[in-house]
Amino acid sequence: MAVVALSDTETLALPGDGLREGIVQQLRDVLGDALLDSLVKPGDDVWVRVRTDAWRAAGAALRDVVGCDYFCFLSAIDWMPSPYGRGEDDPTEPPPERSTEIRQGYTGGDTRMQVFARVRSIQGKFGVTIKADVPDDHQVVDSWISLYAGANWHERECHEMFGIGFAGHNDLRNMYLPTEFEGYPLRKDFPLLARMVKPWPGIVDVEPLPGDGEDESDV
Amino acid sequence: MSDLADRQKLSYIAAQAADARLNVELETEGMTLNIGPQHPATHGTLRIIVRLDGEQVIWAEPSAGYMHRGYEKLTEVRTFPQVTTLINRIDWLGSFANEVPFILAAEKLMDIEAPARAQHIRTILFELSRIANVSLFLGDLGVQLGAITPVFMAFRDREYVLNLIEGATGGRFHPNFDRIGGLKDDLPAGWLVETKQVMKKLRNFCTEMEDLLFGNEIFQSRTRGIGVIPKEVALQYGLSGANLRASGVDWDLRRDQNLPLAYDKVDFKVWTHPDGDSFARCWLRLQETREATKIVDQLIDTLPAGPIMAKVPRIIKVPEGEAWVSTENPLGEMGYYVVSKGDLGPFRVKIRTASFNNISIVPWLLRGVYVPDVITILASLYFILGDIDK
Repeated sequence: MAVVALSDTETLALPGDGLREGIVQQLRDVLGDALLDSLVKPGDDVWVRVRTDAWRAAGAALRDVVGCDYFCFLSAIDWMPSPYGRGEDDPTEPPPERSTEIRQGYTGGDTRMQVFARVRSIQGKFGVTIKADVPDDHQVVDSWISLYAGANWHERECHEMFGIGFAGHNDLRNMYLPTEFEGYPLRKDFPLLARMVKPWPGIVDVEPLPGDGEDESDV
Repeated sequence: MSDLADRQKLSYIAAQAADARLNVELETEGMTLNIGPQHPATHGTLRIIVRLDGEQVIWAEPSAGYMHRGYEKLTEVRTFPQVTTLINRIDWLGSFANEVPFILAAEKLMDIEAPARAQHIRTILFELSRIANVSLFLGDLGVQLGAITPVFMAFRDREYVLNLIEGATGGRFHPNFDRIGGLKDDLPAGWLVETKQVMKKLRNFCTEMEDLLFGNEIFQSRTRGIGVIPKEVALQYGLSGANLRASGVDWDLRRDQNLPLAYDKVDFKVWTHPDGDSFARCWLRLQETREATKIVDQLIDTLPAGPIMAKVPRIIKVPEGEAWVSTENPLGEMGYYVVSKGDLGPFRVKIRTASFNNISIVPWLLRGVYVPDVITILASLYFILGDIDK
């Protein structure tokens, strides 16, 4: 019947932290000071942040130098805290004071928006998460389409949800929403209207919490 | 086989020539055809717009979004334990498998690990949802090709698996059973014995399918050499799961990463196929279903005793940080990038679904194929609309 190739490769040892340090070093060699920050979490993962203008070069370095041939995803994060909280305010009361301090996550950052992507090396069994700031006044980064064909739809989605432009991508149509839709739903200042019209009934937990009235270890 | 392929090519050329003559006579310049939004090959509401030149597709574009439910936004207004209710509706045929990577990501941020028994049961349920998911694919595959019988067999045997999932979790489709730190409940009495019997039935089902469908000449001639995806292209588009392994890439997240699941306790084969065509993708899924039943059997034999819940605080606050966890779901790599700010709920969750990448290759893949093959190619790529639209 079919020509069957069984997987007979030995399971290689999973990569250690030394290898992750090596990835960062390889990227630093190529990108120089365009690599702004990096983080290696022991036994977990590696994060790098590059300058906005080096976004495409960093993708090329990941693909050609580090050997990440598999494109996992590309998306963005809006680091501004939501002005609406988690939509649990009592609509009859004035809204509470909320922090508006923008605090970026791993590898820091200077802007409200960041794009981030993840690629993986199939052979080396490791992945890299890469981030870049998106300037607040000109929210455009270079497209990865010519590096990873799979970035096409991810950039469309990212543009639709965050309003970030991708230079070099000439087909940023909406994927999910109607063409005439206004606003960028995943930005933190886009209100979740359904939540505002009708408060979420799950705020009050009517069921007793597990372990109520008994030893917690029995749960 | 080459004979068959040659015959096919000749008949295609003949049909093409006839079409061309007709087009000249009628002065038509191709046509645009909508496949869907409602079409049995799409597992949901996906519309594919194809522009045809005669019988040949010259341009194709999937138009998703009919089922967009905004889960990424909704997770930002839920607490961590509430999120599982949402996300097990992403790929509705393998719901439990959707919960696992998210829970693992939350556990990673909280630096806790589920007890060994919980990890084992998680893995068993994970594989059961794979079987439930892929067995439906195998049945559905027949329908796409005009064979009605397999779908009845698939529904019959999938029901046993759904009963098991219901017996253990209380939900046939949406178990919502996974908790941060372990599981909601232990397994009911007698469940393990029943599971072993069902696994035997499912192996029979796989053999039946192999004889009925995969050995069938019509099936082979309609899938072999059709919709070939080379390895490099598959990787570039981020194809994962059986679609990637069918292109000869030996990569399985169950084996190739360290996760607190019980896959390191079992011995299983990662199947690959060198051809990359529709047949390879379908055939691979069949093997994986059979392999999954063996994994379940082994896990049942080695199921450890002990608690099923680690010590977790009553009100779950996840420390500040970022975590990425992905697992080998029935459709491919599914992962969650969870950003927490030390709050009750996540700050941002990026959901990476398998079908989104798997289907983004369609415009590339459908160029130049013939209309009847469009359906078999789509069927062999196997996507769930909830998994694309999120």
